[in-house]
Amino acid sequence: MSDLKTAITLHKIVKEFSTGSQTIRVLHGIDAEIQSGELTYLVGESGSGKTTMISIIAGILYPTSGSVSVFGQDIYSLSDDDLVRFRLQNIGFIFQQYNLIPTLTAAENAAVPLVAAGMGRDQAVKKGEAMLDNLNIADQARKLPRQLSGGQQQRVAIARALVHEPRLVVCDEPTAALDAKSGRRVMDLLREVALAADRTVIIVTHDNRIFDLADRILMMEDGRITHDGKTLPDH
Amino acid sequence: MTWIAIRMLTGDRQKFFGLLFGVAFSTLLISQQLTIFINLLERGATAVYNIPTADIWVMDPVSRTPDVALPMPSTALDKVRSVNGVEWASPLLRSGATIRTPEGDLEGVTVVGVDDATLIGLPKTFIAGHREVLYEPDSVVIDSSGAAKLFPPGFDPIGVRLELNDRRAVIRGIVDVDPSFTSQVILYTRYSNALAYVPGTRNRMTFILANASDGLTAKQVGERITDATGLKARTRDEFARDGIDFIVENTGIPINFGITVALGFVVGVAIVGLTFSLFIRDNIKQFGALKAIGVTNAKIRLMVAAQALLVGLVGYGIGILLAAIFIALGSINSPDFKGFYTPWEIPVLTAFVVLTMIMITGWLALRSVLKMEPAEVFR
Ligand SMILES: Nc1ncnc2c1ncn2[C@@H]1O[C@H](COP(=O)(O)OP(=O)(O)OP(=O)(O)O)[C@@H](O)[C@H]1O
Ligand SMILES: [Mg+2]
Repeated sequence: MSDLKTAITLHKIVKEFSTGSQTIRVLHGIDAEIQSGELTYLVGESGSGKTTMISIIAGILYPTSGSVSVFGQDIYSLSDDDLVRFRLQNIGFIFQQYNLIPTLTAAENAAVPLVAAGMGRDQAVKKGEAMLDNLNIADQARKLPRQLSGGQQQRVAIARALVHEPRLVVCDEPTAALDAKSGRRVMDLLREVALAADRTVIIVTHDNRIFDLADRILMMEDGRITHDGKTLPDH
Repeated sequence: MTWIAIRMLTGDRQKFFGLLFGVAFSTLLISQQLTIFINLLERGATAVYNIPTADIWVMDPVSRTPDVALPMPSTALDKVRSVNGVEWASPLLRSGATIRTPEGDLEGVTVVGVDDATLIGLPKTFIAGHREVLYEPDSVVIDSSGAAKLFPPGFDPIGVRLELNDRRAVIRGIVDVDPSFTSQVILYTRYSNALAYVPGTRNRMTFILANASDGLTAKQVGERITDATGLKARTRDEFARDGIDFIVENTGIPINFGITVALGFVVGVAIVGLTFSLFIRDNIKQFGALKAIGVTNAKIRLMVAAQALLVGLVGYGIGILLAAIFIALGSINSPDFKGFYTPWEIPVLTAFVVLTMIMITGWLALRSVLKMEPAEVFR
């Protein structure tokens, strides 16, 4: 693809966690660039630092050192409130456990980022419904999360992540709680609906059944990126 | 965001109702107990306020309340009458006695003897009979609460003969007065009769009721009376206050009600605090997701405040309504609650207590949300 633009630049990212007297280094000075217009996977063994890395990219975890630029903005130089606003305007989140609000309908859940940004209730819910329609679950719009299957709930979560048209979408293990078939369906849909020239989609996953959907795979081992390519290295 | 906050809460029926119950329970307990407390205290003043014609109460210097009083020699009446500025003065006798009902039961009563000529000291409102019945032989008039206490419902006490300290007394009227603190039966009779009923030492005149002449205040005339006679003189409001203070100082009532009110508060904080924390804990992932998505801590604060406010308002409304119904039913059905009312200060005070409760519990619940790092939602 010719229209790839660098959307995210990681510069010498180090992350350490202190637990009591001990300090463990989880990320060892990561440099990377991630483009818009493609689906980037972050893969690796458990404990390799994937979640830590995507949290730092998404502006919800301060690195110990190094800098993160998202769409040209050095996000950790922003004030706390400005960083929150930056996320609200630019980033969509998809969580492994969906984290939908159990007492709101699917459409209302999908509308949450718009409401948070100050949009009126009716208009926001209408947009939420439209986004559910894109994900082929318009007929579930008035149901509560617990009345939906796992796959349907994750599609509501995807609608919530996309409803405000963010330029960056981050997903941590979006299919981990789903069976193979619904996982595949959700990922196909995500690729179809989320992918756009000016949007960056980063997915953390273990799930080798869906690796074929990636445009680029970054593999992590022990806090370092050890492979970067269209497919996994063959062993 | 407010509507989302409200829906998060109201959608969780169990916890929402639990929270409402906690607030309503505290509100009911606190306002109801305060109402009973205030009304009981004010009964220390009813004996005084039941005689609205008297501006000044004159008594022996050691006397403290209508029921804790040392009688004076009858010569005191003329001394008070001769004080400059006293428009009129009349004797009042208050004394404990025992009656024996026709069924043979014993009952402690308060005998009130009012001035033979003017009947000053006799309550105004008659439910049965009229003022003149007091001039019939052995005549007494009973207070309505006393009648309800002494006789079965529907029974007409007019004409009933009682043995009052071994002398004959016939009930010939019923007056409507607010019950006294002791809720003892009160029998009104003429002063000369009362002297016969109440066996006697030399001094039996418990009080002298007096009024100030035009242009003088009760306070001024009271001071003149004290100067001239050495007797203690209290204005109506002062003496009413003395009755209330006596209850406060000499009974466990303030402490007992204070404990109950404090318990209401503590139990409310416990129920509301626990349920609210539970609610927040159940929704902590959702709050975390909101924070990650881009809801500032300031907005999270507003959300929790809206939730707390809703619980506070609705729970308080239910509690006050229940308290009002309780008091209303009580004052209709039981002579013990006769005349009970709720001064406006009580709902206001209760509202402040509930607000404090809501703020404490809301703040406790909020802390865990504010402390949470948004990165925790990816764990
Ligand atoms: N808040 C924290 N405090 C202490 N250590 C942490 C914290 N978060 C992560 N770690 C540690 O950092 C390392 C990397 O964790 P991370 O969650 O990024 O791995 P991961 O690749 O996402 O693993 P998984 O596939 O199991 O989700 C682990 O050893 C983990 O124990
Ligand atoms: Mg992880």
